[in-house]
Amino acid sequence: MCQAREDYGRRGPGRRAPPPSCPRTCVKCKEASAVVVIRVGDAFCRACFREYFVHKFRAMLGKNRVIFPGEKVLLALSGGPASSAMLRQVQEGLSRETAKRLRFVPGLVYVDEGAVCGQSPAQREENLARVEAIVQATGFPFHLAHLEQAFDLPGSILRRGPRGGDKPCPSYKEAVEDFIQQQRQEAADGDGAASLPRRLAQLRTQDVPAGEEPAAPGARLPAAARTEELLQLFEAAETLTAKEELLQMLRTHLILHTARTQGYTKVMMGDSCTRVAVKLLTNLALGRGAFLAMDTGFMDSRHGDVAVVRPMREYMAKEIAFYNHFFGVSTVITPALRAKRREKTSIHRLMEDFLLGLQAEFPSTISTVYRTGEKLSTAPAEASSEPGAEPQRCLLCLCALDTLAEEDLALEPTLIAEEAAQRPQGLAEDGCCHAGTQGSCCQSSPTPGAESRAAFLPLLCYSCRLTFKEMGHPDTLPPYVRSEAQRRSRRAEMKQQIQEFLLEDDDEDPSES
Amino acid sequence: MAAPVSLQVEFGGGAELLFDGVKKHQVTLPCQPEPWDIRNLLKWIKQNLLKERPELFMQGDSVRPGILVLINDADWELMGELDYKLQDQDNVLFISTLHGG
Ligand SMILES: [Zn+2]
Ligand SMILES: [Zn+2]
Repeated sequence: MCQAREDYGRRGPGRRAPPPSCPRTCVKCKEASAVVVIRVGDAFCRACFREYFVHKFRAMLGKNRVIFPGEKVLLALSGGPASSAMLRQVQEGLSRETAKRLRFVPGLVYVDEGAVCGQSPAQREENLARVEAIVQATGFPFHLAHLEQAFDLPGSILRRGPRGGDKPCPSYKEAVEDFIQQQRQEAADGDGAASLPRRLAQLRTQDVPAGEEPAAPGARLPAAARTEELLQLFEAAETLTAKEELLQMLRTHLILHTARTQGYTKVMMGDSCTRVAVKLLTNLALGRGAFLAMDTGFMDSRHGDVAVVRPMREYMAKEIAFYNHFFGVSTVITPALRAKRREKTSIHRLMEDFLLGLQAEFPSTISTVYRTGEKLSTAPAEASSEPGAEPQRCLLCLCALDTLAEEDLALEPTLIAEEAAQRPQGLAEDGCCHAGTQGSCCQSSPTPGAESRAAFLPLLCYSCRLTFKEMGHPDTLPPYVRSEAQRRSRRAEMKQQIQEFLLEDDDEDPSES
Repeated sequence: MAAPVSLQVEFGGGAELLFDGVKKHQVTLPCQPEPWDIRNLLKWIKQNLLKERPELFMQGDSVRPGILVLINDADWELMGELDYKLQDQDNVLFISTLHGG
């Protein structure tokens, strides 16, 4: 396939493109002159590039067949190039002639992260106005979330949602047939115009929040106290890596919450091939090796009721940038998280630099990393525990725990030692009862208002433990994380008490006989 | 002696943040003995437009990996990259695809 076209050799001076005196023609139509080189050495003209780009999106959805006709799909917009190009593909797909038309019902969500990216309230307002101008032109329902709203999330966001009630999921084919049947019915009822635009218009009247009336400057942003609380949370994180992970977590949870409360069953994220490759290596370095497939795959169903899909994952960042430039796709750039002076950069940035640097010398680096990721499967991570039983899931990332309660204390001596040093005066090191192996002993010792770091550890996967170690004291975490942690710790404690009771029963058996 | 060259130099995708947020720059390159190419243009940009943190835009004598270059709306890979000889009224666009800055 395309592999044959790629050479792994270093780009020598001999491989330079020909001088402008002989413009290259498009490899596809062999007529128009080429304007962009994609993959390795394939030069496309503008029209052929557009066709290739648009086709790829439809092919991606067609191949995976996970989005059902009529399904409500939430597009997560960041204002960045990939999600903006994704939005344009959905618009294109909905306006196509019947046979090739996309048949799901889209909505949009934008998470305003300006507060932690060093934007002033005025800059945030300006950004929001630009995002709103873009989304309003689409006519799709729009949901706005501020990062500060993470403090109002419910604890249930950290639990797997029930998968679509009791009835089994219909197959893709059945769903399509049902949909077509339904459309015929509507047409027969003289309701032939019950088309997507009309239904969207109906949705709009209910859904479009803010923006109907011109709000006073600053009125749309969360209260300053909330922003301060959010900034403290990020301030408390010791490394830029932890901040990046924290931002990603809060963003994901806000998007998921929007999907759940607004009745969306799929979320589309705009991760490009380049982004997926960077994420693969970053997550590997962060100790998330067991979860790579879920973190970067086409579909991520860890949340149960709402699945995340990544339809942009076969586009290189370069293709996206050229598409947006040629076809007038507007983007709204929010600055990235900034390192404090003398603070080290993040693993995320280092990996991006590393991969792009390699890519410049070896043009198939990113696609090779990407294809390696393709070979990973979610099956092993999901099936690690006994069949039928729901595996224990990480509090923060909801992946099946890759740690066993017993060995983790040995694995993390640094964490425990730090915890001992930070423990409040009243609780001497041997003040811990050592009775429980699940960390429940420390949990049960009442330290009002202050959750112990150690109490969180058994609830976290290996990677989230490392990140958690670099985050601030649990007190700074948003309430939903703390309340869900307490709930889980209590349950683990109860479970253990019951188990101890049962064990006693077993022990008595031999003595009696 | 090559005549002065007038160009439109543009930045996008976040690269403009390194240039005071200004996307479009009207630029006139002075006369110099050899003709202007992209390599020289980058050197000129570094000295005249880029105020701080040049490492975020350049690497060696080229652009930092992840920054795309378009010459008159075409991929610079089709135009000879650093060796492209600039002509009067050319348009050179730099688009950053980098995530973090
Ligand atoms: Zn063509
Ligand atoms: Zn985790």
